[in-house]
Amino acid sequence: MSAPPADRNAEGNFLGAALRHPAFIAGLVLTLLFVGAALLSYLWTPYDPTRLDIAAKLQTPTSGHWFGTDHFGRDIFSMLMVGARVSIAVAIIAVGIGVSLGVPLGLYAAAHRGSLLDEVVMRGNDLIFAFPSLLLAILITAVFGPGAVNAIIAIGIFNIPVFARLSRGAALSLWTREFVLAARVAGKGRARISVEHILPNLMNLLIVQGTIQFSLAVLAEAALAYVGLGAQPPLPSWGRMLADAQTFISLAPHLALFPGLAIVLTVLGLNLLGDGLRDLHDPRLRRART
Amino acid sequence: MSVLSVRNLDLKIGRIPILEDVDLTLDAGHILGIVGESGSGKSMTALAIMQLLPRAARWTGTIEVAGNDVGAMSERALCTMRGRDVSMIFQEPMTALNPVHTIGDQVAEVVRIHGEAGRRHAHARAIEVLGRVGLPPDRVAPDRYPHELSGGQRQRVAIAMAIALRPKLLIADEPTTALDVTTQAQILDLLRKLVREDGMGMMFITHDLAVVAGLADEVAVMKKGRVVETGPTRQLFRQMRHPYTRALFTASAHVPERQPRIETAATPVLEVRDVVRDYPRPRKNLFQAQAPFRAVDHVSLTVRAGENVGLVGESGCGKSTLARAILALEAVQAGEIHLNGKAFSSAGAGPDIRQRAAAQVVFQDPYGSFNPRHRVRRLVSEPFFLMPESPQDADRERRIGKALEDVGLTAGDADKYIHEFSGGQRQRIAIARALIIEPSLIVLDEAVSALDVSIRAQILDLLAGLSDRLGLSYLFISHDLTVVRAITDRVLVMQAGRIVEDGSTEDIFHNPRHPYTRSLLAATPSLAAALDEPSGETVET
Amino acid sequence: MTLYLLRRLLSLSLTLLAASIVVFLVTEIIPGDPAAFMMGINADPAAIAALRSELGLDQPVAFRYLNWIVGMLQGDFGQSYTYRVPVSELVGDRIAVSLPLTLYALALSTLIAFPAGVFAASRRNAPGDIAIMGVTQLGVAVPNFWFAMLLVLLFAITLQWFSAGGFPGWDAGVLVALKSLTLPAIALALPQASILARVMRSSLLDTLDEDFVRTARAKGLSRSQALWGHALRNALIPVLTIVGLQFSFLLAGGIIIENVFYLPGLGRLVFQAISQRDLIVVRSVIILLVFAVVAVTFLVDIAYAIADPRLRRQRR
Repeated sequence: MSAPPADRNAEGNFLGAALRHPAFIAGLVLTLLFVGAALLSYLWTPYDPTRLDIAAKLQTPTSGHWFGTDHFGRDIFSMLMVGARVSIAVAIIAVGIGVSLGVPLGLYAAAHRGSLLDEVVMRGNDLIFAFPSLLLAILITAVFGPGAVNAIIAIGIFNIPVFARLSRGAALSLWTREFVLAARVAGKGRARISVEHILPNLMNLLIVQGTIQFSLAVLAEAALAYVGLGAQPPLPSWGRMLADAQTFISLAPHLALFPGLAIVLTVLGLNLLGDGLRDLHDPRLRRART
Repeated sequence: MSVLSVRNLDLKIGRIPILEDVDLTLDAGHILGIVGESGSGKSMTALAIMQLLPRAARWTGTIEVAGNDVGAMSERALCTMRGRDVSMIFQEPMTALNPVHTIGDQVAEVVRIHGEAGRRHAHARAIEVLGRVGLPPDRVAPDRYPHELSGGQRQRVAIAMAIALRPKLLIADEPTTALDVTTQAQILDLLRKLVREDGMGMMFITHDLAVVAGLADEVAVMKKGRVVETGPTRQLFRQMRHPYTRALFTASAHVPERQPRIETAATPVLEVRDVVRDYPRPRKNLFQAQAPFRAVDHVSLTVRAGENVGLVGESGCGKSTLARAILALEAVQAGEIHLNGKAFSSAGAGPDIRQRAAAQVVFQDPYGSFNPRHRVRRLVSEPFFLMPESPQDADRERRIGKALEDVGLTAGDADKYIHEFSGGQRQRIAIARALIIEPSLIVLDEAVSALDVSIRAQILDLLAGLSDRLGLSYLFISHDLTVVRAITDRVLVMQAGRIVEDGSTEDIFHNPRHPYTRSLLAATPSLAAALDEPSGETVET
Repeated sequence: MTLYLLRRLLSLSLTLLAASIVVFLVTEIIPGDPAAFMMGINADPAAIAALRSELGLDQPVAFRYLNWIVGMLQGDFGQSYTYRVPVSELVGDRIAVSLPLTLYALALSTLIAFPAGVFAASRRNAPGDIAIMGVTQLGVAVPNFWFAMLLVLLFAITLQWFSAGGFPGWDAGVLVALKSLTLPAIALALPQASILARVMRSSLLDTLDEDFVRTARAKGLSRSQALWGHALRNALIPVLTIVGLQFSFLLAGGIIIENVFYLPGLGRLVFQAISQRDLIVVRSVIILLVFAVVAVTFLVDIAYAIADPRLRRQRR
């Protein structure tokens, strides 16, 4: 009557299952596409994305300018490539801040359940969650001034409690598992158990949540840039391209189309990737499929 | 009259065959016991009769309930049939009831849904039925929620829902497996009474031969999706034509051979003196804290070298809490624990690491006891961490290999991952992990409770052999008196945090003094007793 | 239940208190001299000194903080530095736009998401489910301000059914005012509805796998009776949390969307205040929004206690 082993074939045929998961493949392709574009933009863009060419302003897509030009005659395609760089860099660093501070805090809080620090971590989480997400960013940029770095900090701070809460919750249930008790009987301390036994078993969860937070960070960065609190000119960013496009929405709707699509496809790709990873790691779903 | 007839039932889930050529019949007023180990297809047979199969399941054959061919019935007709002609009780009472509805509403719903009565009348019927199953409104009000009831009471509610409309067939799928023995005995009595009063047929699924022997009129033994033997209970167990039935029977009553050498003179391996373990309880209200819950209440016990001591008691009696305190996993509020004569506690910086090596543990769950990401080599050698200089290279390999061979595996198994092993093999690996640093005491916390009887018998043999050969002491914690009797020299009986009786295994089982011990023994189903009794219990129609 | 709610109230009050300290620190202490910050680098030192005394900056920090809190409790949020009117007056006008917009969007989101989620769950892996999951997958990825621009392009510029922005005020009639909030509310609601529908579906699917649903089926309930009668209420319990969180998201999202539609709400106010460095207004709006979020969290806690009988007795 016992349940089938939860982690059977956890690694074994991951690759095979992944190749048969269309959403995962689509997510991976989209994500790689945008990461690739961002990396390529360091080496090559069709035009200099900051070069003004008033004569060629507001062009619709042509063979010369694949996605057209904006009101200053800048090449939209080149701007999107560099914009991907900003988007992805902000998201990576912001999620990185969340993971590198949130996960240790969550692990520590779980290992010392009920301690003062546990209480402080949890109340701190409540505090940050009480600020509507963008509000915190707005507050920070209001005082420290707009810019990519402050956007990163603002989004990063919001990510800390997300990861702290996630890893604390999952770690608490792992601490009651018998293999952790066995490790304690083997004399291992809380810190060592957290690193050796708890963290590796949280990895799947963290990777899945990481991709979701990554996509949320891309959205948040775009929103901040849209209201002028993100990366500052002349550095192109998707959100500000949309803000500029709004002025010309009836004259040149394509200006709004391409940056918007870029955001949607990036976020969609990351979400599909996250869902795919979760499906592939969730033994319940895998069992259902067999 | 036959209330159930299953003929040539074949069932596949996807491409995997689950049932093959199953034949069963059950008459009104009779109890049919279905016995088998996990994976034998007992539960799937029940779900096929209810037509509540998983989506991917496909079946052929004939299933007739009260003369109706369920294969030919529409989903609507099946809904009318379920709850009225045939109903079912499941294993886990803790999750079988809807947490957001009162128990009265949940029982009344059966009456309402089948159009037997309007809302108010249905409620009156529900109160009446709850009274029949031993939950009269003055003791357990029908407006209570499931979380306010004990496991046994919840199972009674489930039974009330099942019998509310006096169905012709009741299917009970391991209904007492999650319950304590005394509760189990009460539930079995209740079911027996209801079958007799209502003249319904009951199909009773269990893994426990002793339960089925004391309850059923006929028995069907299942193995790997097939019925290997069927017949009247007494006759079937007397003759045991099929070798599998015989094997099950032998394994159920298996007592390993032992030659214990208990050193009474030397310092005891474990001495527990007056230990108290309290848990804080949530506050009653903002200004009034509740007295803490005393899980272990001034317990003292001794385990000597080479001695196997059993600790028995029902769930919640504090036996697992005591085990954790003994292993210094939890702090105690009072008392002392001595291991080989030296104090052992989790207070302060925790026990001396070298002292920890003297006490190791094997847990119940063969699936949860190992980190799924590590190879067996790393799993088994984890306790080397306790040694001042953990063995390296060839010595390490040799000791890992030896530990695995000691428990009946091979040295080559060290390279595998845990998911490559069956439940019984995993329990062997857990024992190897406990053995590898040669402790003097191993705490076995329900270590064989999750295993099928045949595997359990093998593990008991292994444990007995190791104890004799290495002079190991065990503290064998279990709710199962039969197992404790088979493997221990001395038994402690625990009730509500206290040890109420302490004596040699023979004495306790033949001459129990404490009333609680007596009630435990009386409630424990016994295979031998059930088969010796004159046939007074069976109801003939 | 009372104990549980009292405890939640206490913990939320502490959160509010902590939030007020954070806001105070960020707007009053971190900028160094708020007066100099607000007036800019080229300001006349005498003018800065005048503002300093007007803001009471020469008082001790603890006193200033208490003053601020006590003032707010009496409805006095201070005087806007740029508009020269009481902040409460400014904020009052703007809330009349922002709060209805948020509630409008929340209602839309819930009304769309619940049926969609239930429908999808009841047809697990059937074409209807797959279609809804596909649409919501896309909906989750769409930035609301971009979606708002597309709505303007289609309904205001091309079809001319709605005006592209602006708010006539509630005096112009409730229907007229609501009409001008409709496009913004849709833009806010659809991405959130996608999230909510997905949560609703997965929560319901989890609940449908529970033992008590199998028990209900064994009692003779049909699949849909078991879903409506037993699974749904249990599935709603975790969804409540998400609805509460959505309020917070919608409130913040509203700040952005108000800019797309030129709505005179709190969002516009906050951005104007930021560009004019009017910290008094900024901190007042922010603390108000935090208060709204905390209040909604408490409402969700009450809803929890009603929905889940297990909470009525005790909860950690």
